[in-house]
Amino acid sequence: MGYVTRLAAVVLWLAGASAAVAIPDDPLESPQWDSMVAKHFGEDAEIVFDDRVRVLAAGYAEDAMETPVMVEAPDLPDVESVVVFADLNPITKILEYYPERAAPTLAFRFKIQQATPVRAAMRTADGMWHVGGTWIEAAGGGCTAPSVAAGSPIWESRLGEISGNAWARGPDRERLRFRVVHPMDTGLAAGIPVFHITDVTLATPEGETLARLKPFEPVSENPVISVDLRYRGPVALSGRDNNGNRFAATLPAPDSP
Amino acid sequence: MTRCFLLLAALVWPLTVAADNPYELTPQQVADNTYVFVGALEHFSYDNLGNIVNTGFIVTDDGVVVIDTGPSRLYGEAMREAIAGVTDKPVVQVYITHHHPDHYLGNQAFADVDIGALSGTIEQIRAIGADLTTNMYNLVGGAMRGTESLPPTQEVTAGSRVTVGGHELELIGMQGHTGADLAILDHTTGVLFAGDLAFLNRTPTTPNADVATWVETLHTLSQREFATLVPGHGPVRDDAEAIAQTQTYLSWLWRNLNAAAGHGLDMPEVMMQELPYRWRGLAVIVPEFRRSVSHLYPDIEADVLEPVAGQE
Repeated sequence: MGYVTRLAAVVLWLAGASAAVAIPDDPLESPQWDSMVAKHFGEDAEIVFDDRVRVLAAGYAEDAMETPVMVEAPDLPDVESVVVFADLNPITKILEYYPERAAPTLAFRFKIQQATPVRAAMRTADGMWHVGGTWIEAAGGGCTAPSVAAGSPIWESRLGEISGNAWARGPDRERLRFRVVHPMDTGLAAGIPVFHITDVTLATPEGETLARLKPFEPVSENPVISVDLRYRGPVALSGRDNNGNRFAATLPAPDSP
Repeated sequence: MTRCFLLLAALVWPLTVAADNPYELTPQQVADNTYVFVGALEHFSYDNLGNIVNTGFIVTDDGVVVIDTGPSRLYGEAMREAIAGVTDKPVVQVYITHHHPDHYLGNQAFADVDIGALSGTIEQIRAIGADLTTNMYNLVGGAMRGTESLPPTQEVTAGSRVTVGGHELELIGMQGHTGADLAILDHTTGVLFAGDLAFLNRTPTTPNADVATWVETLHTLSQREFATLVPGHGPVRDDAEAIAQTQTYLSWLWRNLNAAAGHGLDMPEVMMQELPYRWRGLAVIVPEFRRSVSHLYPDIEADVLEPVAGQE
């Protein structure tokens, strides 16, 4: 079905190329698909549903505050940017990812408010957006609940603390996993303002950028992120939040396998 | 006119509910004077009315002892009716094995009786009972109507023995499935009501589990002498298979998740892995395993994410 959808979408796109670009029908049948297109891609974007873009998640969110998702596209070349969004969350955009020397593979956890499609849109070098997704059911409430930190008197002392590890994935590849202590408040819980990490950069010690990440409010408190780098060695991590706090650390190279 | 109709509806509706209890509970005799209502090996659903749990009762000379009250008020009421079909004796004592909603939300039907539980169970029900009930309304739907969280009324002492109408009951206080798990051993019949410390042919659940403690607890429990074991979920048997199976599954689960964290896997990768052949016979293995990853993996992976000194 997915391949047919893709083909149909391409045909539609070709047919409509001279006029306004046709929006392909949503295989997930989301009530918000059209508005997602307007919001995250803009009118002239070229969009195709593509089975090569995979969103891995359990079908039911056991913990509305920490719903795990992995996006990947091992067979899709030349991915320059990735946007992950949840159609029916009050804040739809979860994060943006720019895998410069990295695979378009990313895992994280986010706050889910209700049952919603979760999608990864990957923009390839030719300008085309390739979209994959899945529905996640949820009892919900994750976005409007206060963070644990918001009720803790000591969180400031640990803000920006970084932990992590790396695993070799071949001679010139590594899986990097890191966690940053941060409340990631959405601003939707009464009396608690928006407070979240806005930028994370992963680079070589010499300063060459490996990947950039822009988390938004729905990313879970104390984010744990996994990426697959086309690089093996120590990684300099730096980032900041919307209040101007900066944090940085160097994660050691993976042990030899 | 509208007001009139509402008044009429208010008068008629509760009667309709009482007459229309959707649960069909048939007691299965498992030993002398001892009966179990065996639930489905499923997840909560509209179709199964939340009846996925084993509850039981012992008919003693002085009255009936009930062990767990099920997922809803209507389930509790159906239990009482089914018990009345077996004996004329009144219910004189209820025990709740732990705070999970499928085991105690029938308490309203036993509000006239002492409802005993470990102190840790009572604390949990007082703290989160309302949330648990709301969640059950979402999962089970209309069969939950009229259900409210009623905390147990009597604190029992772990390790104590009580004699009711000729049955000597040992109240074994343990931990692992939750922070307070009550197992009840009837020394008169040799029936062990293990609560959710033991599952059989249904994947164990871990939302409040301490897996290492739970495995130790099962080892301790397996040393006890009993003739028949009533697991919290799954068939009743005259051997210790439920303990052995639960112990083996939990040990595998713990090793699997720790190995995955050691290899740098993220949660969706762990959830989506192909599960070993030997577990495919367990009911609801795939969704329940994924739930366990949610419950247990964040703490396990924290051990492999090593603190890195910050720089400015």
